[in-house]
Amino acid sequence: MKRVYAKEELCLNCRLCEVYCKTAHSASKDVLKANKYETPAPVSRVTVYGDKLRSAAVNCRHCENPKCVQACITGAMTKDPATGIVAVDEHKCIGCMTCLAVCPYGCITTGRFAIKCDLCRGETEPACVKNCPNRALVYTDLGGAQE
Amino acid sequence: MAVNYIPRRFNIVRDKERCIECGCCVRQCSNECHYFEAGGTTVLADSTNCVACHRCVDLCPTSALRIEKHVCDYRENANWTPQYQQEICRQAASGGTLLSGMGNPKPYPIYWDKILLNASQVTNPSIDPLREPMEIRTILGRKPEKLTVERKGKAITKMPPQVVVETPILFSAMSFGSISLNAQKSLAMAAQNLGTLFNTGEGGLHPDLEPYTDRAIVQVASGRFGVHKDYLNSARIVEIKIGQGAKPGIGGHLPGEKVNVEVSNARMIPEGSDAISPAPHHDIYSIEDLRQLIWSIKQATGNQKPVSVKIAAVHNVAAIVSGCARAGADIIAIDGFRGGTGAAPTRIRDNVGIPIELALAAADSRLREEGIRSQISLIAAGSFRCSADIVKAIALGADACYCASAPLIAMGCHMCQTCNTGKCNWGIATQRPELTKRLNPDIMHERVENLITAWNHEIKEIMGGMGINSVDSLRGNRLMLRGIGLSDRELAILGIKHAGE
Amino acid sequence: MLKEGQVRIPAGCAIAAIIDRKGGLINGSEIIKSIALMHDRSNGLGGGFAAYGIYPEHKDAYAFHIFYDNAEAQKKCEEFLFKHFNVDEAERIPTKKIPAIKNGPDIWRYFARVNRVRMRNARLDEGEYVVQCVTRVNDAYEGAYIFSSGKNMGCFKAVGYPEDVGAFYMLDKYDAYLWTAHGRFPTNTPGWWGGAHPFNVLDWSIVHNGEISSYDANRRYIEQFGYKCTMQTDTEVITYLFDHLMRHHGLPANVAADVLTAPEWDEIDRMSPEKREYFTALRSIYSGALVNGPFSVILGSGKGLLAINDRLKLRSLTAATKGDRAYFASEESAIRIVCPNPDKVWSVSGADPVFVPLEIHQKEES
Repeated sequence: MKRVYAKEELCLNCRLCEVYCKTAHSASKDVLKANKYETPAPVSRVTVYGDKLRSAAVNCRHCENPKCVQACITGAMTKDPATGIVAVDEHKCIGCMTCLAVCPYGCITTGRFAIKCDLCRGETEPACVKNCPNRALVYTDLGGAQE
Repeated sequence: MAVNYIPRRFNIVRDKERCIECGCCVRQCSNECHYFEAGGTTVLADSTNCVACHRCVDLCPTSALRIEKHVCDYRENANWTPQYQQEICRQAASGGTLLSGMGNPKPYPIYWDKILLNASQVTNPSIDPLREPMEIRTILGRKPEKLTVERKGKAITKMPPQVVVETPILFSAMSFGSISLNAQKSLAMAAQNLGTLFNTGEGGLHPDLEPYTDRAIVQVASGRFGVHKDYLNSARIVEIKIGQGAKPGIGGHLPGEKVNVEVSNARMIPEGSDAISPAPHHDIYSIEDLRQLIWSIKQATGNQKPVSVKIAAVHNVAAIVSGCARAGADIIAIDGFRGGTGAAPTRIRDNVGIPIELALAAADSRLREEGIRSQISLIAAGSFRCSADIVKAIALGADACYCASAPLIAMGCHMCQTCNTGKCNWGIATQRPELTKRLNPDIMHERVENLITAWNHEIKEIMGGMGINSVDSLRGNRLMLRGIGLSDRELAILGIKHAGE
Repeated sequence: MLKEGQVRIPAGCAIAAIIDRKGGLINGSEIIKSIALMHDRSNGLGGGFAAYGIYPEHKDAYAFHIFYDNAEAQKKCEEFLFKHFNVDEAERIPTKKIPAIKNGPDIWRYFARVNRVRMRNARLDEGEYVVQCVTRVNDAYEGAYIFSSGKNMGCFKAVGYPEDVGAFYMLDKYDAYLWTAHGRFPTNTPGWWGGAHPFNVLDWSIVHNGEISSYDANRRYIEQFGYKCTMQTDTEVITYLFDHLMRHHGLPANVAADVLTAPEWDEIDRMSPEKREYFTALRSIYSGALVNGPFSVILGSGKGLLAINDRLKLRSLTAATKGDRAYFASEESAIRIVCPNPDKVWSVSGADPVFVPLEIHQKEES
């Protein structure tokens, strides 16, 4: 499946991916409103780790056999067999955060319910990839299975 | 706190209603103008070190930033302008030579803006470049005096090495060291895809550029950095750099801090050592010495590479060009006084040399008077801002034009003129890894290619309007030019008539 | 108003030519009939003819045709001429007074051989010596203008429609194996006779239709080699290009034609290696001699006739053959009026110059 890959050697540590992830997952879809005026404030699904010399944007790997799905006690976390996207059903999630505890990549954020990357469902390119100023994030199918 | 004596130049203006405190500006500014206040939630700015490079402005996702000139009036004085006062204060503090980057910014006449182009009306037809072939292919290198044929269709004359470029626009010399490897790589990739040439400058050849050496001009400069037989033989053209328009008569100095392991390998000098190019070549104290170096290079390359000689446009340029041609140079590049640089003494940059327009016209006329213009190639350099400048240069007599500043601007340069500080926020004039990584060659080669492709289209459009379908017929065609607001003397040197004549 | 040479004057034109490849003679009335049909293509401000084989009794002497504005100019020019040449004969060119041709200069012709002592002292070959002498007169002798300087040939030109010019010079009294003719439509002219065409150097004569956009590139190229484009006309510069390529560089006429009308790079890139190498070398060495913009040119010489057209075919030029004769004209009708049933008629293409050699001369040479 197509996944988002981070190129550490090109990452600027500008963290605009986070800004645009929030925007994409906001009610207004407007960069200013989403990041400044909207409540509840949208949460970024991608996080840049590192410093100015070395950094990379980390987000959900959408594993072949996701530990979060196995651990979910309500069946809210599922992997879509067609697209391979691992996503949370906000109506079923009770916010127990077992998923967070088992995720090997640390890609789940706490909130009223579990918050994670959904690859901007339906978009040809996720917002983080589309808005990266240095093409440090690429959305591609490299083949092979993620763990 | 010591007295500063010099007010800051710019103000960073932040629209608080738009700032989302994402901190992008904080992490992008290498001059550390932006910062998070103690609590870490609010972004503030100290404009003291702002150079107006616009990195923060261009990356701000909500357009919350703006740079404005910091206005701090002095008592009016047409002689002791604020600039001279400030420069004196800087020197009073440092005791050093003033340094600047990029080309001469002073308001000297720009002749390109005083020359107008012609178009066909009635007596001959203009040509539509979308319907008819429009040729801008250019051949560089020495040409024999005449062609000998066995018969129509079969030539006997053996041609000296010729280099075909698909556009008369070449990228000028910028060394690895003065610019980043990523910037060089972007130009190399663009040159390959456009069918033109890039120039390694005097910094040697980084191994990453080897796939592009077929499109490379390699330089032999006074420091001889990175020069060896394979280096010469890998290139398409070998260029002896005598001078540079931004700093005629001056050598180069790449400070040791920029000589990292990569630069040190390419230049073949110890890591961390200053790379100093002497002012003259110490084996060229006269024209006959130049001839020896040219022939040495020709021998080292088995006569397979045209040898170019690059000189700065100085007062006696026509005679020097003629001398170079007679010394065996196949190509002569003249760099005008508005040409760019990574670092030059400000006084030299702003006061030495002459405009490329006059130098080119004088050199082309001189070579024609001597009957040798058609045997060598002439490249003009020193600030071409748009395709019309290129057309005018070719009509004055250039075979091709060297462009550097324009492709750098395509890659993000904002002419902040502080290349010499090594803090280029756009990853161009720096060797700091956190900055050079900002320039992704995969993106930038496309932007440079787009720029040159756009210029090529415009050149063809202008030629078509003139009723010319080959750049060969534009070259030296000064009847296509008219001066506007120029004196008789200037018109005479440019060899053109005034508008209305 | 500035006259030709002081200012560049674009012009449109009609051109025509007839050649008998076996050297058979053609009366001047034929070429007049052909060019007269294209009356509308000129505007009465210039017409002229070149005729080859008209002075067999003086075939080894240069025939100088000269316009004089006044007696003073003639005196000075003759002084120069008699010093540099051995003049066999000097006479007024016979003309007929006709109402359409007015205000002409005094027109003389001289049959002359070079002064060999002076030529050797100048260390020039004969052609170069004659060209330099002609250039000197036209450049430095105000009021004198040599408009024809070949052997066994002559140009006849004036301000007027070509058919009137033909009548004025009584060309029906001349028989030639090769005729070229020109009717001019300048956009601005002081009506100077020297500005009419054909343009001539030695035995090269050129009639040309078009306004070349490469003019200054070509002029500045050719002036490197001692030529001076005093007339500032396309015809002059094209003549010099041919003269330089053929006389100085020894290129055959069809190779010189390739230089002026070189094929496009797209085309060259598709050629066989040998031809590609030939054209690439040719375009590389002679880029300054490539002629651009609309033109059709007929180059006459003692060796034959060459017709070329621009690369984009922006100017008309038709060719036809009938027996030993070949006809050329800007319009096909101008051929059919003198040759109603040609064997073959075609439009000269930009890529394919037409060269009609004079076979009688080749035999003599071999």
